[in-house]
Amino acid sequence: MTDRVAVRMSGIVKRFPGVVANDGVDLEIRAGEVHALLGENGAGKSTLSNILTGLYRPDEGTVEVNGEPRVFSSPRDALEAGIGMVHQHFRLVATFTVAENVVLGESGGSLFMDQEEVAARVRELSDRYGLAVDPSARIWQLSVGEQQRVEILKVLYRGAKVLILDEPTAVLTPIEARSLFATLRAMADEGRSVIFISHKLGEVMSVSDRVTVLRGGRTVGTVNTSETSTRGLASMMVGRSVEFERVVRDNPADTSVTVLRVDEVSANDDRGRASLHEISLTVGKGEIVGVAGVAGNGQRELAEVISGMRASTAGRISVGDDIVKSGKARSAIARGIAHVPEDRLHTGLAASHSVEDNLALKNYRTSTISKFRLLKRRAIREQATTLVERYDVKTPNTTTPVRLLSGGNVQKVLLAREFSALPKVLIAASPTRGLDVGAIEAVRERLVAAANEGVGVLLISEDLDEIMSLADRILVMYEGRILDDVPAEGADRERIGLTMGGSNAQEVAK
Amino acid sequence: MRSPIRLERRLEQPKWLNWAVPLISLVVALVLGAIVLWLTGKNPIDVYQRIFERGFAGKKAFSGALEMATPLAFTGLCAAVAFRMGLINIGGEGQFYVGAIGAAWVGIAIGGAPTGVTIALMCLAGMLFGSIYAAIVGILRAKFNTNEIITSLMMNYLAGILLNYLIFNSTSYWRNPDSPQFPKSKDIGARADWNTYKIFGIEMPIAFLIAMLAGVALWFLYKRTRFGFEVSVIADSPKAARYAGIRTSSTIVIVLALSGALAGLGGAADVGNFRGLLDAKGLQMAGYGYTGIVVAALARRNPITTIFVAIFIGGLTKAGYSLQGPDFPSGLVGTLQGLILFTAVAGEILIKYRLRTNLGRATAVAA
Repeated sequence: MTDRVAVRMSGIVKRFPGVVANDGVDLEIRAGEVHALLGENGAGKSTLSNILTGLYRPDEGTVEVNGEPRVFSSPRDALEAGIGMVHQHFRLVATFTVAENVVLGESGGSLFMDQEEVAARVRELSDRYGLAVDPSARIWQLSVGEQQRVEILKVLYRGAKVLILDEPTAVLTPIEARSLFATLRAMADEGRSVIFISHKLGEVMSVSDRVTVLRGGRTVGTVNTSETSTRGLASMMVGRSVEFERVVRDNPADTSVTVLRVDEVSANDDRGRASLHEISLTVGKGEIVGVAGVAGNGQRELAEVISGMRASTAGRISVGDDIVKSGKARSAIARGIAHVPEDRLHTGLAASHSVEDNLALKNYRTSTISKFRLLKRRAIREQATTLVERYDVKTPNTTTPVRLLSGGNVQKVLLAREFSALPKVLIAASPTRGLDVGAIEAVRERLVAAANEGVGVLLISEDLDEIMSLADRILVMYEGRILDDVPAEGADRERIGLTMGGSNAQEVAK
Repeated sequence: MRSPIRLERRLEQPKWLNWAVPLISLVVALVLGAIVLWLTGKNPIDVYQRIFERGFAGKKAFSGALEMATPLAFTGLCAAVAFRMGLINIGGEGQFYVGAIGAAWVGIAIGGAPTGVTIALMCLAGMLFGSIYAAIVGILRAKFNTNEIITSLMMNYLAGILLNYLIFNSTSYWRNPDSPQFPKSKDIGARADWNTYKIFGIEMPIAFLIAMLAGVALWFLYKRTRFGFEVSVIADSPKAARYAGIRTSSTIVIVLALSGALAGLGGAADVGNFRGLLDAKGLQMAGYGYTGIVVAALARRNPITTIFVAIFIGGLTKAGYSLQGPDFPSGLVGTLQGLILFTAVAGEILIKYRLRTNLGRATAVAA
């Protein structure tokens, strides 16, 4: 790392209708450093990076690149100045090859591309930075981790000196994340600058040289990573220190009463391939059962089968003594199954609908909300006003579309609806993913409170820490089967980790 | 090359855009039409003035506009109802024919019944036929996920062929046996003439009143009922609908059946209130179903606005027919309608996105 400043943003202000996303942000990026941009959801990280890459224009403030003031009017301008963005959601053409994707949209390119030459350059770049990927492979054949490498190659190919990565590890397995970090380090060592946007404290500590923390659209400060700690960063981020410990329950689980029983259930995934193989599990009254596993091992299908969104091909599901009809969400709702899905904004909620409509999304059929098939708009509004207050949803009013709310408030709307239905069973899929520290804490408190009231909670999460700290019992899923079932108290992390990776699958299965 | 303008997605869609954008679209369409007229050596202001006089000014002109607006109001509602759920029903045309066939059948069969009974039964028959015909499209979509644009479009041709068969190529129940040289349907008008009311000197066909009632009823259905809520959730996010236990498949079939019922009702009105017979050729020439799509697009899927837009397009069409002649090109009104659809659809983008210019900034980058 040198002291040469590659990018300096000063006094950046960006307003959107009703929100000031950036309110005087300062950021200084040096050449050859990995610089983490840390902040809660809605702290202004994405807006700031969108300004730096030319997607938005700041209302006030200046951007300097290598000491020269610049104004970007498009991402292409920014790229010409050497600033490239690796988006969280990939922008790749699935049927094109890696090489084709890399040159796609390149300015000043000729009509025909020299496949060989591009492939050679791509190979050279991938060797240099440890971005192993075959230039002639087609995107749809690649894993998510490999697709991300293609995104990085795209930016490098165009000669970016400053790379912005927006929550790059959100989609990666721990091993892939480690190799990404090595790549980032290699790029920094060559004098490039890496801006690493994240809200995972552990990652920031292990990968970055310096950290700039944003809160509420303002810069809290920039610190050298070596001179701070996870706890220090957390308190900068939320303005108070947050404890991560195993939760002590006031009202422990009563496992003599089974609220949810899943009996040898099998199901297919979206492509019709078997993805759940005769899964059996039970959740007791007030029990939190954690389902650990690497994403894509059938967790989503499990949640969908139980909540009636997906038909099972065998087996049965019951709540108490009542059978839940296969593939009938209405039946699952009627039996008292609440569901907090992974995809909150487009599955759990209707994004363009108002807060009040979304709060009525599951009980609009009940007599409190509708009579003779007519909606009682006033009852909908009253219900929303009560819930918004009780669940502390920050929204301008109850008619605001939920897509305009921040991630944490979106989740609060969803939880408010699901918890207020007084369910017997709650299926929570990655309920804290993508949320900031404050919101994570609030969501966890709600889950524990629900369990204390006797709700059986099935907590599906990739975050092992979360499961270890909340669950009474841990199930480990691998390739559509439950390979392990252990009490959370004193559970052996190593063993769970290995089972998640399928390494000791055979031994456990025996 | 940098484009001098670009689109930025609006976070919020201001309410005033909902009426301002269609209005601006309309003005732009008229300006483009004026350019076309001017290029062909006509005086645009003069032509527009004559369209206005013939189409809307005065009691007689306005009565004509209402008459022409009636079928368009029904087909417009037909398209709007389906658009609201994100279904593109291009089949209003065919559903209109089939509704007309059904209503004509009943009209011929119950000849001599009291007017009120005749109107009610013909309307019911038109709705039933139209809805069944459209429900086929809905079932195909719900069961096999076929594209409703294509199936509904193809079924328009089927309906046209059926219409020709019944009147020209067979001795069907509908065909008038007394006119073997000039094939036409049996006469219905004499036996079942629907009421036309005079309000302030303006002739208001009863079918237009029915269309207005339908518009208000649909508005209520979509705004205030559980069914309307379900439709809007499906339109917003099919996954969220499935999650909430909304029966998406049956809702698709119901919405298309409703859409077809409206077009079928239009067909019944055409037979009963206006032509007095099943006019196979005339129906296919008119193309009400396709014009209805223009009406619904310009009305931005709002059922009440659809009625007003239908009057506007109706007056325009009427003026086009009556002005046709050497100094008034016959294709002009069609061209204007096409331009209106084009600008209305383009205007839709402006409601979702805002335009930003790069001018001025571009030089700063170059510096």
